[in-house]
Amino acid sequence: MNRTHSALLSFMGIAALGGCGSALGAANEVVIGDIDDLSGNYADVQGQGGIEAIKMAIADFGGTVLGRKIVLLTADHQNKPDVGASKAREWADQNGLNMLIGGSNTGVSIAMAKVAGAKKVPFFAVGAGGSSLTNEDCTPYTIHYSYDTTSLANGTASTIVKAGGKTWYYITADYAFGTQLQNAASKVVEASGGKNLGAVRAPLGASDFSSFLLQAQGSGAQVLGLANAGEDFSNSLKAANEFGLTKSMKPAALLAFINNIHSLGLKSAQGLYLTTSFYWDLNDETRAFSKRFFEKMKAEPTMDHAGVYSATLTYLKAVKAAGTTDPEKVMAELHRAKINDMFAKGGYVRADGVMVHDMYVMQVKSPQESKYPWDYYKLVKQMKGEEAFGPITGLCPSARR
Amino acid sequence: MTTVFGVPLAVILGQLMLGLVNGAFYALLSLGLAVIFGLMGVVNFAHGALYALGAFAALLGMKWLGLNYWVALLAAPAAVAVLGLAAERALLRHVYKLPPLYGLLLTFGLALVIEGTLFQLFGSSGDSYPVPEALRGAWNLGFMILPIYRGWVILASIVVCTGVWFVIERTRLGATLRAARENGALLQSFGVNVPLLFAATYGGGAALAALAGVLAAPVILVTPHMGSSLVIVVFAVVVIGGMGSILGAIVSGLGLGLIEGFTKVVYPEASNVIVFVIMAVVLILRPAGLFGKE
Repeated sequence: MNRTHSALLSFMGIAALGGCGSALGAANEVVIGDIDDLSGNYADVQGQGGIEAIKMAIADFGGTVLGRKIVLLTADHQNKPDVGASKAREWADQNGLNMLIGGSNTGVSIAMAKVAGAKKVPFFAVGAGGSSLTNEDCTPYTIHYSYDTTSLANGTASTIVKAGGKTWYYITADYAFGTQLQNAASKVVEASGGKNLGAVRAPLGASDFSSFLLQAQGSGAQVLGLANAGEDFSNSLKAANEFGLTKSMKPAALLAFINNIHSLGLKSAQGLYLTTSFYWDLNDETRAFSKRFFEKMKAEPTMDHAGVYSATLTYLKAVKAAGTTDPEKVMAELHRAKINDMFAKGGYVRADGVMVHDMYVMQVKSPQESKYPWDYYKLVKQMKGEEAFGPITGLCPSARR
Repeated sequence: MTTVFGVPLAVILGQLMLGLVNGAFYALLSLGLAVIFGLMGVVNFAHGALYALGAFAALLGMKWLGLNYWVALLAAPAAVAVLGLAAERALLRHVYKLPPLYGLLLTFGLALVIEGTLFQLFGSSGDSYPVPEALRGAWNLGFMILPIYRGWVILASIVVCTGVWFVIERTRLGATLRAARENGALLQSFGVNVPLLFAATYGGGAALAALAGVLAAPVILVTPHMGSSLVIVVFAVVVIGGMGSILGAIVSGLGLGLIEGFTKVVYPEASNVIVFVIMAVVLILRPAGLFGKE
């Protein structure tokens, strides 16, 4: 029995092994931490590319701020809130963490936001979508930087309803993010004069979406709202094509990144509407950044790659302007400054922590329209930040002050 | 229109058809697991990773060597079988005399290594494999539109499952394989190369997983983690069928696909737990599984 026991223990050991962050803190350093999904389903959305983008930002800033060396710590949260939170706590307690960047996964980011709030560390949520980060779960130290469920819904849903897609049926990932996304979209659809006909909740990571699609088809709705992300999104759209659903219904991606479109291929993804905060081929500035990124990662940056680059620069500029890393003073500076770079023009952090910036409603090109590699999107509408992120809801206590 | 439980019959038939497609995958995957467990006593946790490996082999064969789907259908399982053989000779053969938990741990580690390697090389966002030219389009069955490719999956799975069942249960080779499990030492004394049989069995099981991977490649995104959630369901299928029972794996694979399909109409949220509920019930009533020997 003893043997069995030790085998079981080592089994648990393997399961518990994961990203071990490495670093030692020093007083003459400014410490930036990045906690993200580095090995799971969302690893290509930010992941290693995100680390590379942060390094680019640090190098572009000159590697030092206020005469202190800028140090980057990274860790894999494995999509587990407890792993993310404990890593953040460890860095804050032992490594003198000055700024925390949160990667994909809303659940993990909420857990990290709580730690960062308690430890008074400015927290930039980039990869997570749930808008609860600046509502129920907000703290005075959270900045939601790249996109949120509200802006995605405002972009995609309102555009499609105005274009005549009045009746909606959703395929929703059965967890917090999926529900938040569906709710946000449903509200926008109704407010714009459309109608929600129903939704089917698909388990996260379902291997087959065809039955859910058949139900969507049965609803007779004009628009198929995909309130899911990553692999779930790709597999549901793939099956929608296979079953000819895209002929009778217009698919709408409530969250899609350019790497999803790249792996699906234009043949499956063409015609799809989506909302993004960044596209590599928007203008000379975005192209210049993306070219440098591409040389390192062999892929065009997602909106989160561009987002972490911009967030890192924004933080370092605020530290420089404030002349200190004192969190209160840096946060005050962050709430005061305008953000102008390749990611945002005239962006600003409002009282609840949302970084308000323009969002872009895009439509995926057909294979014939695409002229060169990664030529995937055409711009449908550039949305003003205020329109995209909507008014402050009042659910965040620190914004009410 | 005729209705069952307030759901139109056509919808039910459509969902059952889709359930059968999923069942075809379950049957093929659980068949490989049952072969490996039944003939070697190894709980192969690497099965999901081997399935992903098969899909990647087909994808890379197409991209790098220009191999088409039909070639991949044979070449990818063959390549994965060779890898399986090597893994058996290098690693797995050392744990046969130890309690089953060690085989489980070893294959679990193997799965982590395979999936980690694929992730390092190709990233997590995956890639698409096109549906082969000859199988594009769809049939109108009256109650639903069935893509031809999905029909092909059902056919291929049933042919392969029947073939494997026949070889193991009805031929001399199968009898020898089963004898190796019963009493390897005795069989060896008759001049049969038992270690080779074991290696070939693991290679064969790996090939079945890879074949399922190739079949799945055109319908779902090819990613390093594509097998990791599926393998858990497939384990439940094997347990329901009776650990090591070939026929049990096939029948319960197809049957559970159907039940799962039905659940997706009635209460979709439960569709990923229904298999485990059935597993619990079966384990209470028949601990050896539906087709298992006590």
